[in-house]
Amino acid sequence: MTAVKTGTTANTGSTGEPMLRIEGVHTFYGSIEALKGVDMQVQAGEIVTLIGANGAGKSTLLMTICGNPRAKFGRVVFEGEDITQVPTFEIVRRGIAQSPEGRRIFGRMTVLENLQMGSITAQPGSFDRELERVYTLFPRLKERQAQRGGTLSGGEQQMLAIGRALMSQPRLLLLDEPSLGLAPLIVKQIFKVIEDINREQGMTVFLVEQNAFHALKLAHRGYVMVNGNITLQGTGRELLANEEVRTAYLEGGH
Amino acid sequence: MEYFVQQLINGLTLGAIYGLIAIGYTMVYGIIGMINFAHGEIYMIGAFIAVISFIVLGAAGITWVPVMLMLVLIISMVFTSIYGWTIERLAYRPLRGSFRLAPLISAIGMSIFLQNYVQLVQGARVKPMPPVIQGGFVIMERADGFVVSLSYLQILIIVLTTVLMVGFTGLITRTELGRAQRACEQDKTMAGLLGVNVDRTISLTFVLGAALAAVAGVMVTMYYGVIDFFIGFLAGVKAFTAAVLGGIGSLPGAMLGGLLIGLIEAFWSAYFSIEYKDVATFAILVLVLIFRPTGLLGKPEIEKV
Ligand SMILES: Nc1ncnc2c1ncn2[C@@H]1O[C@H](COP(=O)(O)OP(=O)(O)OP(=O)(O)O)[C@@H](O)[C@H]1O
Ligand SMILES: [Mg+2]
Repeated sequence: MTAVKTGTTANTGSTGEPMLRIEGVHTFYGSIEALKGVDMQVQAGEIVTLIGANGAGKSTLLMTICGNPRAKFGRVVFEGEDITQVPTFEIVRRGIAQSPEGRRIFGRMTVLENLQMGSITAQPGSFDRELERVYTLFPRLKERQAQRGGTLSGGEQQMLAIGRALMSQPRLLLLDEPSLGLAPLIVKQIFKVIEDINREQGMTVFLVEQNAFHALKLAHRGYVMVNGNITLQGTGRELLANEEVRTAYLEGGH
Repeated sequence: MEYFVQQLINGLTLGAIYGLIAIGYTMVYGIIGMINFAHGEIYMIGAFIAVISFIVLGAAGITWVPVMLMLVLIISMVFTSIYGWTIERLAYRPLRGSFRLAPLISAIGMSIFLQNYVQLVQGARVKPMPPVIQGGFVIMERADGFVVSLSYLQILIIVLTTVLMVGFTGLITRTELGRAQRACEQDKTMAGLLGVNVDRTISLTFVLGAALAAVAGVMVTMYYGVIDFFIGFLAGVKAFTAAVLGGIGSLPGAMLGGLLIGLIEAFWSAYFSIEYKDVATFAILVLVLIFRPTGLLGKPEIEKV
C-alpha cells in the first residue's frame, strides 16, 4: 500500500503547478519570527503531513495559508493564484477549509448550527447532501445535532470541527492536530475518515500532527519543521525510516 | 386599581421604547465588547429626522397617517443607519486592536460631537411636534371621574415594537446572517476561517441597532410631542441600564430589561416622586452592577475548553 502511495506521489509530484505552493514565507507575531522562510508544496489529490515539536510553527503555517496572521515576506499560491494578501474570508471562499488548533467550536450554537456555519462558502443547494455525508462519517454528530457545541465531549468536538470544515466541500482541507487528546479508538476512526475522504472524494489534505507515526503512515509525503524552518522532506515512508525523525519524533512509540 | 392599570399601560409603552434602544447597546457589546455611548445620540438623531420628515411630508401634501408614518419610519431608519455605519467606520474600526479603553473614549467623544452638531444645525430650543395620531379607548372609569385610557398611539407603539422584536429575534436565531452575527460574537477568527466577512458583520450590527433606535426616536417624537438635542443622553442611560439589567449581550435580556425599566419608571413617578424618576433608574444600574453584573438573563458560560 505504501508503495502505491509513493508511486502516486512520484507522478503528481512531477506534473505541473502544485495546488498549494508556499515560497519563502516569513510570519511574525509582533517581533517574534515564527516562520523563517518556509518553502513547501501540496499537489492536488495528496495527503501531506507536517510534523514538528511544540512551538515549531506548524499552526502558524496553517493559519498563514488562510491569511491570519499574514505572511510578511514570501508568497502563498493556491491553484496558481497569489493569495498572500487576499482577505481571509475570500481565501476560504476559493476552496480552502481549516479545522484549526483547539477546534474552535461555537460553544453556544448547536451542532447543527455549527455545521451550517461550515457551509457558508459551499455551493448553494449542497447543504442537505453534505450534511448527510458528514452524518455518515460521524453518526455521533447526528445523535447530538440539537445539543450545544460547548457541551460535547472532546472527541465529539473534534468530529464536529472536521465535519464543519467538510461542509464547504473544500478542495484543500487543512487539519491541525485532529488526534490531540483523543482515545486511541477515536484517533483510529479519525485517521480512517481522513483516508476515506482523500481516496473516495479526491480531497487534498494538509495534516499537522503530533502523532507522527500515524501521520507518516497515512501521508503520501511529509515535511519536518524545526523552529520555523523546514528541515526535512520526503515520502511518508522515507521519513518513517529516517534516523533523525525516528529519534526525535518516533522514539518510544510503536 | 384604576390608577395602577393606567401606570401599567404607560410603563409598557415606555418600556417598549427603551427596549428598542437597548437592543442596539446589547448587540454592539456582544460583537465587539464595547459600550457604544453614541447610541443614545443615534436615537436622538432619529427623532430629529422624524420631526423634519413629518414637516416635509406635510408640506408635500402627504398627510394620510398610515402612509406618512410608514415613510417617516423608513426615512428615519435609513438615515440613522447611515449614521450608525459611519460612526463605526470613523470612530471605532480604526481603534480595533488597540487598548481596551480607546474605543470607549472615542464613543464618548462621538456622543458629545453629535449632540453639539445637532444643537448647531437645529438650534438649542425644543422642537414641538403637532400630534399625528390622536384619540384612544377609555378602558375604565372611576367614580371620582379618573379615567384609564389606552391611546391609539400607545397601541401602535406596543404592537410595532412587538412585531419588530419578534422579527429581529427571528433574524438573529434563524437566518444565515444571524448565525454569522452570533459566530462573530463567539470567535471572530473562526468565523473568518469559515468565510464570514467579519468587518461587514460588525458594520451590519451597528446598522441594525441604529435602525431600531430610529423607530424608538420616531415613536418618542409622536408620544411626547417635543424633542431637543439632549434627549439622547437620558434615554441612552436608561436603555443602557435596561441592557445591563437584562444581561448585557443578551437579546431577550435587552427586551426584558427595557420593559422592566419602563414599568419601574412609570410606577416610581406615580407612587413616589416624579422629580426623582431618573434617580430610580440610576439606582438600579448601580445595584445591578454591584450585585448581579451579569444581569437577569446574562450568558451562561458553559463552554468546555
Ligand atoms: N498569537 C501569538 N502571539 C505571539 N506568539 C505566538 C502566537 N502564536 C504562536 N506564537 C509563537 O509562535 C511560535 C510558533 O507557534 P505555533 O503555534 O505555530 O507552534 P506549533 O508548531 O503549532 O506548536 P504546537 O505543536 O505546540 O501546537 C511559538 O514560539 C509561539 O510561542
Ligand atoms: Mg499548533
